[in-house]
Amino acid sequence: MISVRTLSKRHGDRQVLKDVSADVAKGETIAIVGPSGGGKSTLLRCLNYLETFDEGTVEIAGFKLRPNMTSRADIATIREMRVRVGMVFQQFNLFPHLSAIDNITLAPRIVKQEAPGKSLERGLELLAKVGLRDRAGAFPHELSGGQQQRVAIARALAQQPDVMLFDEPTSALDPEMRDDVMEVMKDLAAGGMTMLVVTHEMQFAHDIASRVWVIDQGTIAEDGPPSQVVDNPRTAVAREFFSRIRK
Amino acid sequence: MVAYAAVNRGLVLIALACALIACGTSADPAGQTLAGIQQRGEITWGADIQGGEPFVYEDPQNPSQLIGFEVDIMNGIARRLGVKARMVQYTWSNLVPSLERGDFDVVMNGLESTAERRERILLSDPYYVYAETLTVRAGEPYRSLFDLTGRSVGTLNQTVAHDILLAIPTIEPKVYEGNEEPYRDLELGRTDGVLLDNIIADRYGCINKALRCLPYDVARGVYVIGIRKGDADLKKAIDGALAEMRKDGELQKILEKHKLWDHRQTEQQTGGGITRPARSFDGEMLWQFLQAAWVTLKISLLAFLLAVPLGMLLAVGRVYGATPLRVAARIYIEVFRGTPVLLQLFVLYYGLSDVIQLGPMEAAILGLGLNYAAYEAEVYRGALLAIPRGQSEAARALGMGPWQTLRHIMIPQALRLALPPMTNDFVSLLKDSSLVSVITVIELTKRMTIAAVDMRGWLIPGIACAAMYLLLSFPLSELARRLERRLARDQRPHTL
Ligand SMILES: Nc1ncnc2c1ncn2[C@@H]1O[C@H](COP(=O)(O)OP(=O)(O)O)[C@@H](O)[C@H]1O
Ligand SMILES: [Mg+2]
Repeated sequence: MISVRTLSKRHGDRQVLKDVSADVAKGETIAIVGPSGGGKSTLLRCLNYLETFDEGTVEIAGFKLRPNMTSRADIATIREMRVRVGMVFQQFNLFPHLSAIDNITLAPRIVKQEAPGKSLERGLELLAKVGLRDRAGAFPHELSGGQQQRVAIARALAQQPDVMLFDEPTSALDPEMRDDVMEVMKDLAAGGMTMLVVTHEMQFAHDIASRVWVIDQGTIAEDGPPSQVVDNPRTAVAREFFSRIRK
Repeated sequence: MVAYAAVNRGLVLIALACALIACGTSADPAGQTLAGIQQRGEITWGADIQGGEPFVYEDPQNPSQLIGFEVDIMNGIARRLGVKARMVQYTWSNLVPSLERGDFDVVMNGLESTAERRERILLSDPYYVYAETLTVRAGEPYRSLFDLTGRSVGTLNQTVAHDILLAIPTIEPKVYEGNEEPYRDLELGRTDGVLLDNIIADRYGCINKALRCLPYDVARGVYVIGIRKGDADLKKAIDGALAEMRKDGELQKILEKHKLWDHRQTEQQTGGGITRPARSFDGEMLWQFLQAAWVTLKISLLAFLLAVPLGMLLAVGRVYGATPLRVAARIYIEVFRGTPVLLQLFVLYYGLSDVIQLGPMEAAILGLGLNYAAYEAEVYRGALLAIPRGQSEAARALGMGPWQTLRHIMIPQALRLALPPMTNDFVSLLKDSSLVSVITVIELTKRMTIAAVDMRGWLIPGIACAAMYLLLSFPLSELARRLERRLARDQRPHTL
């Protein structure tokens, strides 16, 4: 579903991603962990071209991405790819001027030109799936952080993506609200969605993820099933990271 | 000590300001003007050089020097009074009120002898006999004012010609402030005739090949010097000086020098002008005010309706456009914001009339709209930049293109953020719309100044005008406040 080859990215003279290569099969759930500033967000954002990169290639949901995609055809490709790749942000980024249901149905209506009735029906289904069927008309500021993030997940799912990218989806939430969001993600993973999740939730990494990546200084320092990476880390950076997290 | 020094400095400033204001006026106690003139050795006279040749104007060879037949006549009078004469520049329509306030000693600037002026101030004996001359486009068949029934005829504000036009209810008078514009609009077909003094007509109208001046005098009148009520001795002195100048031929020489001497100067005169009684604020006046308020509202609304989308386009061009677009938007904004609206209106209505001919309403709406677009553009630019980055990222991540992101995400949020400054700008536009009177639109402020002349007082028309502006702006700001509350549900004020 995803294959990253020799991906490199610089910010000025700072090398943010160094020669990253990795593969993700359909239905896998990858937990991405590692120290702050290591390049987790950057890698995730390169996958849907919110960030450009300098070298390497990305193949995702059947689309090929490379550096300098600026032609008209390239831009069309990127937009098509983004329909197939959903993203959830740490700060939710719901559209404050739209109600929950409008947040969800806007993109299907204007990007995929779905009939309003159809997108509304699926939008309500998705709201039910994230446990917010009764808040369809609520505006973002009327919802708690956890509820907003669940609407944001529903919004991404409304495009019927093949891959979902999550960048620290619970980091901005109070602990008691995290579980609701985690529950939704657990269901998604169980339903066979291909997911990449940047997270500090060790329980999620351990229990739900099929694989864990430890990213440090722009490279994937460790890549393996949780039983190996979390329980018996090989590298010093992973050992130090997990011991700090557990404290 | 510090506080004391500050207070002290404040007092000095106030004293300085008082001194400056006092300098501006040479007011002598009522009835003492002649004594004051002799004491100062100087007579000050109010005039407006915008009236141009041949009255009082800057010498083309030496612009710091004022020349004109009125300068020569006033110098002759001053010489006979044993003093010097000094001209003081005032806007023409403010000359009489400023005389009454005591800003200068007399008015001399094509002031016509009318019944209402005779009621208000003292008038000297005439120094010039003029004829109201009707000018039409060459080749058109009009032979008299009465052939112009149902047409619009241009003239200057507060003139006998204006009174004559008002006395013929079927003619629609169009009021200007400058000598050139009425003839320009006549030539362009914006009016069908111009009625003005022969002095002005000869110089600005009859010399134009496209125009034709009718040979007979519609009416005759005289120019006189305006003197404050109570200064009967000054009037006597000036009349005496004028009589001497007439007798010893100096007046004739001056008028000949300026090519103004004609048969009319020696003919028997009939009474001056048309008498219009002072009006009161009656139902008809109220109706005129309401019509003017409607004009103000219409211009403001339509201009704003133009400014909002254009401003949004400019803002989007400036924030997201490629370099040429960004530069173009920037230049537009700087030019329209950095030059006076008044100038823009003049250029649009008169300056560009060879290229594109706009009616006064169209020019007013277009001019104000284009100008306010520059201000709105900056408001929207600020609002666009204030939207968190995550918003456009979320839109892009959903596969929206740039236009979709703008239309569905950025612009709606920018408009919500911009609503308070937009309301502010609209109220400001409502008041700026008074500037369009320079291109002959009679809106609320213009109606007020006309009513003030008709009623011989500013207070009541001023209050009526202010009340109507408030009546227009208050419901609009109330509407905006409700809209704001509805749109910006999440924008609660911070608790401090
Ligand atoms: N726009 C930018 N300009 C310069 N440096 C950046 C920029 N964005 C990110 N970086 C740097 O790239 C590195 C990786 O950042 P990020 O991917 O956000 O890390 P993580 O998500 O693992 O905390 C950090 O050192 C950060 O300072
Ligand atoms: Mg990050």
